[in-house]
Amino acid sequence: MNEIIEINCIANLTYEIIFCNGEICENSKPGQFLILQKDEFSERVPLTIVNCEDGKVRVIIKVVGRSSLEISEMKVGDSFKNVVGPLGNHSEIRKYGNIVCIGGGVGAAPLLPVTRELKKTGNKIISILGAADANSLILDDEFEKISEKLYITTNDGSKGKKGFVTDILKELLKEKKVDIIWAIGPMIMMREVTKLSVENAVPCWVSLNPIMVDGTGMCGACRVHIKNEIKFACVDGPEFSGADVNWDELISRLSQYRDQEKSATEYKCRCDSNAK
Amino acid sequence: MQPNINAGVIVMQNRNKTKMKIQDPEARIKNFREVALGYSFEDAKEEAQRCLNCKNPQCISGCPVNVDIRGFIQEIKKGNFENALKIIKNTNGLPAICGRVCPQEKQCEERCVLGKIGEPVAIGRLERFLGDNFSIRTEPPSKKREEKIAIIGGGPSGITAAIDLRKEGFDVTIFEAFPKLGGVLLYGIPQFRLPKEIVETETNELKNLGIKIETNHIIGRSLPFEKIVEEYDAIYIGIGAGAPRFMGIPGTNLKNVFSSSEILTRVNLMKAYEFPEYGTPVFCKEKAAVIGAGNVTMDVARTLKRLGAEEVTIIYRRTENEVPARKEEFDHAREEGVNFLWLTQPIEYLPDETKTLKAIKCIKMELGEPDSSGRRKPIPIEGSEFILDFQMVVEAIGQKSNSVLKAFEGLQLNKWGYIDVNEETLQTNIENVFAGGDIVTGSATVILAMGAGKKAAESILAFLNEKKEVKTL
Ligand SMILES: Cc1cc2nc3c(=O)[nH]c(=O)nc-3n(C[C@H](O)[C@H](O)[C@H](O)COP(=O)(O)OP(=O)(O)OC[C@H]3O[C@@H](n4cnc5c(N)ncnc54)[C@H](O)[C@@H]3O)c2cc1C
Ligand SMILES: Cc1cc2nc3c(=O)[nH]c(=O)nc-3n(C[C@H](O)[C@H](O)[C@H](O)COP(=O)(O)OP(=O)(O)OC[C@H]3O[C@@H](n4cnc5c(N)ncnc54)[C@H](O)[C@@H]3O)c2cc1C
Ligand code: FES
Repeated sequence: MNEIIEINCIANLTYEIIFCNGEICENSKPGQFLILQKDEFSERVPLTIVNCEDGKVRVIIKVVGRSSLEISEMKVGDSFKNVVGPLGNHSEIRKYGNIVCIGGGVGAAPLLPVTRELKKTGNKIISILGAADANSLILDDEFEKISEKLYITTNDGSKGKKGFVTDILKELLKEKKVDIIWAIGPMIMMREVTKLSVENAVPCWVSLNPIMVDGTGMCGACRVHIKNEIKFACVDGPEFSGADVNWDELISRLSQYRDQEKSATEYKCRCDSNAK
Repeated sequence: MQPNINAGVIVMQNRNKTKMKIQDPEARIKNFREVALGYSFEDAKEEAQRCLNCKNPQCISGCPVNVDIRGFIQEIKKGNFENALKIIKNTNGLPAICGRVCPQEKQCEERCVLGKIGEPVAIGRLERFLGDNFSIRTEPPSKKREEKIAIIGGGPSGITAAIDLRKEGFDVTIFEAFPKLGGVLLYGIPQFRLPKEIVETETNELKNLGIKIETNHIIGRSLPFEKIVEEYDAIYIGIGAGAPRFMGIPGTNLKNVFSSSEILTRVNLMKAYEFPEYGTPVFCKEKAAVIGAGNVTMDVARTLKRLGAEEVTIIYRRTENEVPARKEEFDHAREEGVNFLWLTQPIEYLPDETKTLKAIKCIKMELGEPDSSGRRKPIPIEGSEFILDFQMVVEAIGQKSNSVLKAFEGLQLNKWGYIDVNEETLQTNIENVFAGGDIVTGSATVILAMGAGKKAAESILAFLNEKKEVKTL
């Protein structure tokens, strides 16, 4: 169990890993995550379940620090020491109508299973994927297949429109009737999308990724104020209505362990993602 | 022999417990090794000699699982250490653990007649001595029963129920959320009080007994509860009350404000005290406050000392007379230089410009009339607010039930979110589901959780026997 059968570099510092775990596959629903630990010495790392098929789990991980680097260096045939999941609540999938799905950076990974399921339920999907540059963009081909229309933005303009996902969203909200927004990505992106959603009175789901330890509601590291009430993202979330989230507090808490974490910029991508 | 208070010689010689070696406070706050070092063979024999072998021993009735204390101490006197351990293991599967963490001064030792004239027999230390130095290989039971039993939660309560039911020959599986068994023994109580190797040795015996262990399984999440209820003939829920409680005062979500559970989980479960060799970091600053005064509070304060905090202050709203922690832990915390601020309640965490804790606003308290629990109620003194600078604060004010419990469909909870059970049988509203330990009582003690596991095992046995009879009729 938990043996890696595929590990591929799919973009700058971004790896796709497929490993065996029948039980997770049997029980997981879109929006849920798992926690894995490479070995006895490693941290517990929460990752969203991107796909589950025939006992094989697919996750996508971006190298941002020590633990994600360690995992990205694993090989086919290696096994994770511990994997627990699915965790968290699944997404509220039903027929809403017109949905805008927004994925920022590696956030496209957790967004994919939700979008897929929303599409299956008969919703009309417009997707916006944002990335730093063309080399960091992921899963655009898979989103293309399930979206009526896919917009791409990059900060440097190396692919799609130069700018941010919110630039496109602003236009869309003017032109179209949007029933709900789903946004997963960096906290700052989710905060900005939430602002636009509130201004336009459109509901917006976000998926929170605060620092977690156990992921089972027992440590309180992942706490966040939702409508002024303390909630634990791992058991009460990870998805919440963006308008209810205290963003500034959450963003500040992300840097709690910054002194101990090495800066992600020290890591160089070892795969040739320029080929993409 | 009757306790003979007139036997002046005995009284003179043995007024006090045989001393146990401990690490010197100066040295121990620089390491995570165990503080209390245990008895040698000589110490144990000497201490056992103090026992008066009362005809009507009170100590046994003070033990929530009724260990035959007099019996095992007599065996130590004779040097039959393995027999002594066997006697304990008849009723208590975790002697090395209980010897270390039970509040003996409020249980067995409180009732010891020697306590009336000096110190009671050091029952806990003797129990620990046996658990540490001897082992009895446990074998799978000779009885065999067809019924399958699921134990949800691998803490002391679940472990005890599993052992007792397995001894009856049932097919027993423990489902545990974490990678290892032990519950609070593993992720709560620190290494310097209860080395994790000991927890591992005592829990490893479960495998020898033939108990199946499924770690990394969170029932209600990674496996649906309904599935377990369907697939197993009987279920025992001992999932503890693991969710941290926060006071909820303004500033709770500032940086550098933590729950005791986060600090202790990082340090104990993830071995953050050996960061960076272990990947999980923990946070510690020079000037730290810890709120509360229970075992958890002492554990956090002493952990922070060892992580390098220079000044650790425990802030408690009552006085030192009401401290709920085990006496030894309170004494050790004092010896290690932890400061105490009595009759004080934090009312707000004050931030700096980066949303990081800078100071704590407190109010002075006074004790009023005793409340329903018999303790005098702390009342704020109007206008007595004051501000103290701190770089971090840890709240250790108790735990509550985990909201994963909401996914246990059909299970009846009480108004505090704990599981509702029949107090006699520990049966829940679902016929084949029983529950006990912290998830029924709220945060309590290891031995009470174990007692509940025992009681539930008896009830489950009776329940399954009755079912079997009905079937064969
Ligand atoms: C519910 C959830 C789902 C997630 N899904 C994905 C995913 O599908 N793909 C992906 O690449 N990442 C995902 N993440 C984020 C991922 O877990 C972190 O990037 C990873 O743990 C960072 O570890 P590190 O040691 O490499 O980085 P570090 O150097 O430790 O930290 C870099 C930054 O990552 C964040 N971080 C650190 N530790 C944790 C932690 N234990 N939990 C969460 N964030 C942390 C902090 O903001 C930190 O500043 C998810 C997080 C959560 C909570
Ligand atoms: C820091 C600290 C110090 C303490 N010190 C002492 C002391 O000195 N002496 C003393 O007597 N008592 C002490 N206590 C209290 C004592 O530890 C508890 O009362 C006791 O452990 C309760 O046992 P339990 O089996 O009911 O629950 P727990 O020990 O909490 O075990 C529950 C287990 O269930 C698992 N679990 C939870 N949810 C699920 C799920 N959904 N599926 C599967 N598994 C699940 C958990 O991971 C855990 O392993 C202390 C507690 C703490 C927190
Ligand atoms: S990660 Fe520990 S409570 Fe959520």
